[in-house]
Formats: sequence, C-alpha cells, structure tokens
Amino acid sequence: MSVISARNLSKTYRVFQKKEGFLGALRGLFFREYKEVRAVQDVSFDIEPGEIVAFLGPNGAGKTTTLKMLSGLIYPTSGQAVVLGHVPWERADAFRRRFSLVMGQKNQLWWDLPALDSFHLHREIYSIPRQQFERTVSELTELFGVQGLLRQPVRELSLGERMKMELIAALLHRPELLLLDEPTIGLDVVAQATIQRCLREYNRTRGVTMLLTSHYMRDVEALCSRVLIINHGRLIYDGALSGIVEQFGQTKVIKLRFADGVPPELGRFGEVQNGQGPAADLRVERGRVSEILSSILERYTVVDMSVQDPPLDQVIARVFQEGAQSDPSDSDADDAAEEQLGTNDDALTEDRPRT
Amino acid sequence: MIGKYLKIFRVSLTERLTYRADFFLATFLRFLPMITTILLWQAIYVGSGQDELNGYSYRMMIAYLLVIHISRMFSSMPGLAAGIARDIRDGNLKKYLLQPIDMHAYLLAYRGAHKVAYITTAALPYALLFYLCRGFFDGLPEPMVLAGYIASLLMSFLLGFFVEVCVGMVGFWTLEVTSVMYVVGAINYFVSGQMFPLDLLPEPWADVLKLLPFQYLAYFPAAVFVGRISGWELVHGLIAQAAWTVFFIGLARILYQAGLRRYSAFGG
Repeated sequence: MSVISARNLSKTYRVFQKKEGFLGALRGLFFREYKEVRAVQDVSFDIEPGEIVAFLGPNGAGKTTTLKMLSGLIYPTSGQAVVLGHVPWERADAFRRRFSLVMGQKNQLWWDLPALDSFHLHREIYSIPRQQFERTVSELTELFGVQGLLRQPVRELSLGERMKMELIAALLHRPELLLLDEPTIGLDVVAQATIQRCLREYNRTRGVTMLLTSHYMRDVEALCSRVLIINHGRLIYDGALSGIVEQFGQTKVIKLRFADGVPPELGRFGEVQNGQGPAADLRVERGRVSEILSSILERYTVVDMSVQDPPLDQVIARVFQEGAQSDPSDSDADDAAEEQLGTNDDALTEDRPRT
Repeated sequence: MIGKYLKIFRVSLTERLTYRADFFLATFLRFLPMITTILLWQAIYVGSGQDELNGYSYRMMIAYLLVIHISRMFSSMPGLAAGIARDIRDGNLKKYLLQPIDMHAYLLAYRGAHKVAYITTAALPYALLFYLCRGFFDGLPEPMVLAGYIASLLMSFLLGFFVEVCVGMVGFWTLEVTSVMYVVGAINYFVSGQMFPLDLLPEPWADVLKLLPFQYLAYFPAAVFVGRISGWELVHGLIAQAAWTVFFIGLARILYQAGLRRYSAFGG
C-alpha cells in the first residue's frame, strides 16, 4: 500500500484584497473584496514505502500548500489524500505518531535547554518506551556524530549541529514518513553533505519514506531517485531525475577543441559559451546535434569533442521560467497566495534567500 | 496520558529557573508603586476626616491592597494571550497540530511551571514586604477561611489562565489582537478590584461588578483574606468561582475548535 496517495488535490484560497491608504482600509471594513487564488490544482501522485522523493518548484508554486495538506494542517478545497492509511486533516493521534515534519528554518527544540531535555519531552509526547528511547538516541547521535553535544544548551550549538539535533528529535518516535522542508537551508557544504549522508543511511537501514523540498540540486541529486515538479499549482513532472533532462532539456552542449583555435564564425551554428583559446562550448537544439556536428567536422580540424546534456539545475531553472512566461497572470495570483500565507506562516514559506 | 504534561511541567520549570535573577529583581521593582499607593490612601483617609470608608478602615484598605499582589501572583498571565496570537500568526501553532499533544493542556503545564518558578523565587521578597507591613494585618485568618482562601487562589490561577486563552483565541480571526488585549487589560484592572475593593463602590455598581467573573481574579481572594467575606458568602463565592472556571475552560475549547476549522480552511 502507498504511504502517500493524493488524488486530484486542489486548494483555492480566498485572499482578502487590502485597499491602499486609510480610506481604502475603511472601505475594506464594509466591502470586503476577495480574489480567488488557485494554489494547487488537481495534483495526484503516489509514494511507495521506502522511496525518497524530491518536490521541486519555484517559490509560490504550491509545494508548501501541498505539504500542508499532506501533514493535515489544512483541508483541501477538493480531492482526496490518504497518508499512512489516514485522512491527514482528521489529525488522529494514531496518524500523528507515525510521521514527522521538519522545517529547515524552524526550531522545535528548546532554546535554553540541552537537546537531551527536548528529546525527553518528545519521549513523553509520543509515549516512547524508555528502552527504545535510549537505544534510538544512541543510534541517532552516533549516526549524526553529535554524541558530545547532547548536554549543551541548544543556543550554543552551530546551525549545522542544531539541524542535526532537530532531525534526531523528529526521528525519535521512528516515524514511517518524514516530510522535510528545506532541511539543509543555510548550511555549509560539509554540513549539507553530512545531513544528506545521514538521511540516506537512515532511509537504507530503517526504510523510512521521505518527501523533501529543497532549492539545492545537490540535495536532490544525492538523495532522490524520483522527482515531482510542481509549477503554478499543477504537477508537470513525475519521474526519474534523469528523465527531466530528456523531457525538458531542449538543448545539448557540444564541447569542442580545434586544432587552429576557435573559428570566429562558430556563432552561426549555435550559442557559443566559454570560447577561449582552442576550446569552445556550443549550445545547440537537441534535434540538430548531428547535422551541426557534421557541418563543423567538414569545415574545421577538430582535435576533441563531446556532446553533453546541460547541467540539471539549468534545465530546471528553464522549466520554472518557461512556465512563468506562458501564463503571467496566473503566476501573480500564486505569488499573492504564497505571500498572504507567509504572513500567517513563516515556517513553510518558500521565499528565502538562496545561499 | 497525564505523564507527558507532567514532563512538560518539569522541563518548563528547568527552563524558567534560568531566569530566576530576573524574577527576583522584577519582584522588588513591583513593590515601589506600593509606597505611593500607601501614601495616597493615607491622604484620602486624612482628607475625608473619617475612620472608615464603606466599612474599610485605613489599615484594612492597605492590607487589602497588599494581599491583591498575592491574588495577581496567581491569576495574572503576562504574555499568554499575546503568545497564543503570535503562535497563530507565525505558524508555531503547527506544533500542536503535527504532534499528538493538546495546545491548552501544553500551555497550562508550561504556565503552571512558570508560576511555580515565579512564586518560589518571589516568596522571599514577599515575606520581607509582609513582615515590614505587618502592622496593617490582624494575623492569619482562621483555618477554614484560610483553606477557602487557598482554594480560591488556586482557582484564580485556572480562571485567569482560561480567560487569557480565550482572549488569545481572537488571533484566529484578526491580526490586531494587541488592541483587544489592551482593552481587556485596562478593564480588568478596574473590574477585578486591583485599583480598590469592589465593595467600596456605591450600589448598584458593586453588585453589578460582583456578577462578573473578573472579581475572582483579584478582589474575591483578597477580600476573603482580610476577613470581608466568610461563612456562607465564602462558600457561595467559591462555587461561583468554580462555575466560572468551568465556563471559561469550555469557552476556550469551543473557540479553539472554531478557530482551527477556520485556520484549516483558509490556511491561517
């Protein structure tokens, strides 16, 4: 049975339109004007036990709203979801004991107390038997490499150490499903890599299912075999990471090295990138690769060449952008919705500086 | 099930005790306005040329105003409503929705720990204050009245807590909770009898104010201690206080459920 099964999930917000100035505000008291914002439209997918799935999309695409529905924080306007056999927004205790939501920019731990005190509190909240608790804590602190830090007040830990403690706290009750919202935000490369390694290891040994959003392609590449891309509230891709380039990458990059230096008229074959000395990268349309290659080989002496796909994050950036250009009015609405939600809810807001 | 809330209590207590120096200082600072109050009432009594105002002698009046501090020590909930409203606005409310835990019970355990930490650290300065002001008191009330007084104080903690939770629930409907809290706080200061004893007012005002729940947050326990209320009046008062407490526990629950429905439908 699927861990998450979402069917035609839709969420429409009614956003109150604030008027400018004092008179506008006064008018707003009596004549409220609302705008309907379709944050999520008809999203369906299934996630099987043990999968690690990335949830990608630009800011305001509807990732946040979908995660909120799956964790039971909000009701959908229409559609159904079954998570771990429960309807999430009924918020049954039995359901809440079986998953965790970790937010990269949110503290669950008590700031002035050592992490261990917060862990003990979690033990009570989730009614974890003491022996199991002791075992889990020692396993997880070893996995994350934070054995010596359990008794230090959380405020004295570094950002990376704190995030590791947050993850340990979230895993104490051995959830079957882990929802991660930007788990590595703001961390340096080393700490990011450690967290990726630990999550992968934990997934391998415990078989926990994970759904994560991230703006770091590095996270996605390290962890996820499957990717969901959402844009303007609609699911536009569901498949393997490698398939993204096949489906959306309309260009290829031909790396060339010439015997007599880069010919000046190379630009008529495609977009020249990094043309320095004898080497140049040429970006061309996918379908014309062989045609262009044979023309070049006919005319010039080529010492070395290779054909590559463009980097994944470039392809994804292009997917996000193209969506935005095709329907600009819609994107405004989404931003407005996300902004509106942001005031109520900074935890899952996606408007974050990319570091 | 109760175990987890006991644990929350213990953890909160540890956390709160980090700030005991703050408590200590704050308690002393709170005594300063007492000096002006004592001088003010002295002037009022001298000016009126009477020994008693509506049955209150000067000594009893000062004793009442001193004991009001003890009532407030139990019933005041600084930052509770504002904290709830902030949790709703900032999304910290999620914690109570994602984890198998009840918001009101959690906050009650937390606040209980806060109060225990505060009352134990403030005990010493208060003992000193009451020792210095012992001339205004006729000693402790008789055991039955004292028991009623303590029961009333404990209930005033619960009542104060749930009244404040109800105010905080307003945060589900509007972001402008600060003004609501300010108004409630200002009215409360007067109608709970912190400014002066309610029965100092002419009829029918004293009776009207005694119909409201707010008197149990300050006036009622203090009036019991200084001997203004005893016997059947005390018993009736305690029953009414218990009824109001139950009422506000229920109201807080209803508002919370309604607020959550709204929050879940609108996303905050």
